[in-house]
Amino acid sequence: MQTSFIISGSPHIHTADSVDRRMWNVVIALVPSAVVSLLFFGLPALLVLAVSIGACLLTEWVIASRVMHRTCTLGNGSALITGILLAFNLPSILPWWMVVIGAVVSIGIGKMSFGGLGCNIWNPALVGRVFLLLSFPAAMTTWPEMQNGIDGVTGATILASLKTSGHVVGSGVVDWTALGIGNMNGSMGEVGALAITIGLVWLLITRTITWHIPVSMLGSAALVSWLAGANPLLEIMTGGMLLGAVFMATDYVTSPMTHRGQLIYGVLIGVVTMIIRLWGAYPEGVSFAILLGNSATPLLNKYCTPRRFGARKKKKNKEERGAKS
Amino acid sequence: MKTFRKGGIHPDDNKRTAGVPISEPVSAQTLTLLLSQSIGAPPKVIVKAGDRVEAGSLVAEPGGYVSAALHSPVGGVVKRVVSVRDPYGYPSQAIEIAREGDQAPQAFPPLDFEKVTPAEIVDRVSACGIVGLGGATFPTRVKLLPGKEYRPEYVIINGAECEPWLTCDDRMMREHAAEVVAGARWIMKAVKVQKCIIGIEENKSEAIAAMTEAASHRTGVSVVALKKKYPQGGEKQLIDAVLGRQVPSGALPVYVGAIVDNVATAYAVYEAAEKGLPLTRRVVTVTGPELSSPGNYLVEIGTPVSALIEAAGGLPEGTGKVIAGGPMMGRAMSNIDTPTTKGMSGILVLPESESRRREPQPCIRCGRCVEVCPMGLEPYLLAAQGEMGLWEATLNAGVGDCVECGSCAYTCPAARPLLDYIRLSKRESRKL
Repeated sequence: MQTSFIISGSPHIHTADSVDRRMWNVVIALVPSAVVSLLFFGLPALLVLAVSIGACLLTEWVIASRVMHRTCTLGNGSALITGILLAFNLPSILPWWMVVIGAVVSIGIGKMSFGGLGCNIWNPALVGRVFLLLSFPAAMTTWPEMQNGIDGVTGATILASLKTSGHVVGSGVVDWTALGIGNMNGSMGEVGALAITIGLVWLLITRTITWHIPVSMLGSAALVSWLAGANPLLEIMTGGMLLGAVFMATDYVTSPMTHRGQLIYGVLIGVVTMIIRLWGAYPEGVSFAILLGNSATPLLNKYCTPRRFGARKKKKNKEERGAKS
Repeated sequence: MKTFRKGGIHPDDNKRTAGVPISEPVSAQTLTLLLSQSIGAPPKVIVKAGDRVEAGSLVAEPGGYVSAALHSPVGGVVKRVVSVRDPYGYPSQAIEIAREGDQAPQAFPPLDFEKVTPAEIVDRVSACGIVGLGGATFPTRVKLLPGKEYRPEYVIINGAECEPWLTCDDRMMREHAAEVVAGARWIMKAVKVQKCIIGIEENKSEAIAAMTEAASHRTGVSVVALKKKYPQGGEKQLIDAVLGRQVPSGALPVYVGAIVDNVATAYAVYEAAEKGLPLTRRVVTVTGPELSSPGNYLVEIGTPVSALIEAAGGLPEGTGKVIAGGPMMGRAMSNIDTPTTKGMSGILVLPESESRRREPQPCIRCGRCVEVCPMGLEPYLLAAQGEMGLWEATLNAGVGDCVECGSCAYTCPAARPLLDYIRLSKRESRKL
């Protein structure tokens, strides 16, 4: 008779869900946007994407395996996601060595310096992007001119145009179809509302993310822009708003744990983005807003705790304690 | 459809044995009665080696207020009172009884429902050694004496059976619906309550039909179908599902007017009251993905687990784990040559490939554990505090409320051992 068995504490079964599966679902959700960016920005975009991914993976491997002496962590796909997201936040004509610097900062400072996956405070890709934006402001705001896009302003985004001239373009007409499919000036992954929306649907049906952060962020941004007299739909469909709401603000590690916290976090990001866009010095504010939201996450985790089962109102509790003593 | 309001998970239910009627395939020559079969103090042995015992006669009497009597399931001779290994590898005192002959059990006189007093029912439950058969093994007598400051309103009979794989309660309800309802009525009388609700998960439609039929003949007893969601059978979750009342932290169910007993316990109360039979047998689901003929067995307490597995087709090649109870809250056994106990609702045999845990990864702070915790706790936080030994912090974060349902550890995509650390924290913080 068999006399030795495996002993472990309950539960003895486990969900099929895993970190790897979730990360790869994010990668799949990013594919439509990657296709759009390669279609419209061509070979230079492929170069930026490849360099960003390669540099992120290499940085993680060097730090995790060689410096921290950990087993290889590349398989969980999180460095790959950072690589893709960083590229998506860059203009397609950015010099390759700047991309490398961005990748090293994203992974090295943004993630590994805190201890790697799960330990970082800020979204690594955004740390890299903001580092590049502050270091190379000109290169980071020079976009290629789209052939069939909104003409009149060479190399500027719609938001930049709004900021400097007060209206969309010379003619003042918005080409909604171009916005939808991504035929417009901007960073690689932020163009193409449709592709990002497909990614969002995939993330929602695979239960990789919940609706709370995207909806609260986009909803609050739309509300603020409406109140300020701007065009809410235009604000949502331009710049990094959609990309941020779907892929960046929803990063597990840097967003709050409870749905209530997530709603407040989303509103915070949406409102701050619009404040920067409408009244700040920059034409675009999603990156800064998300980093601010990330900074608020520990606080939101502390105060937005779930309601305990059987929790009573404080007053009643006191009365009972009084009655017992 | 009703269910509890917070958290919960949906593991595959794997009720492989739901269609297998209760049978009685094993009668072991030697029965080993572990003394500690319930929560509380172990009972005191009142027999010695060489004594003759009748089937149903008392062999150990309660050793304290929270303690349960122990009876011999068979007639025979006490071989010895000895220290053995319990199913989990810990030493435990036990009484070994060699079966002799096949006599009918010695019984108490039946009680008369119309004339009996509540105290007499409680005494009978106590004399028959009845404990909660859902797995927690809390002596039922204590539950039936809620204290003068409380006024019970409802008896809730727990037929949720939310643990995957287990079907003993399902079969009990299908095959002995009238007896379970009768048991519920004895419990109602014992706690002076007019209303009884039997909660059953929707995946047991035949049990719901049978119990609804049986309940229709009794006033005050009703059946409510519950949405399938784990841990519906947890006492606090069931009360929330059925009554919409939440038992506050640290309080007993009777605080919100509820007395909860499992269907098997209700059946045992019925047998004790109407047939005078002490609790010496129970239904055990013996199952697993690779067992050739799994089933639901009516088993004499003290029968070796190995004999039950033999009856279900023998231990499959490459077995990794044998679990007493279900896969969510059951305990892994170190040895199958140990006896069944009153609390053993199932024996789940898992192959090696399903027995090992996944390698834990870093917490990605996805918040799933918080979402599924039925008690509204933050498992990731408790586990992190526990890992660092911050017992006081875990106490403040509500570790004492944890019902150890395992939903957090089940659902964690990083396969972190959340419940291990939370259990450790519960134990250590209690010492503060």
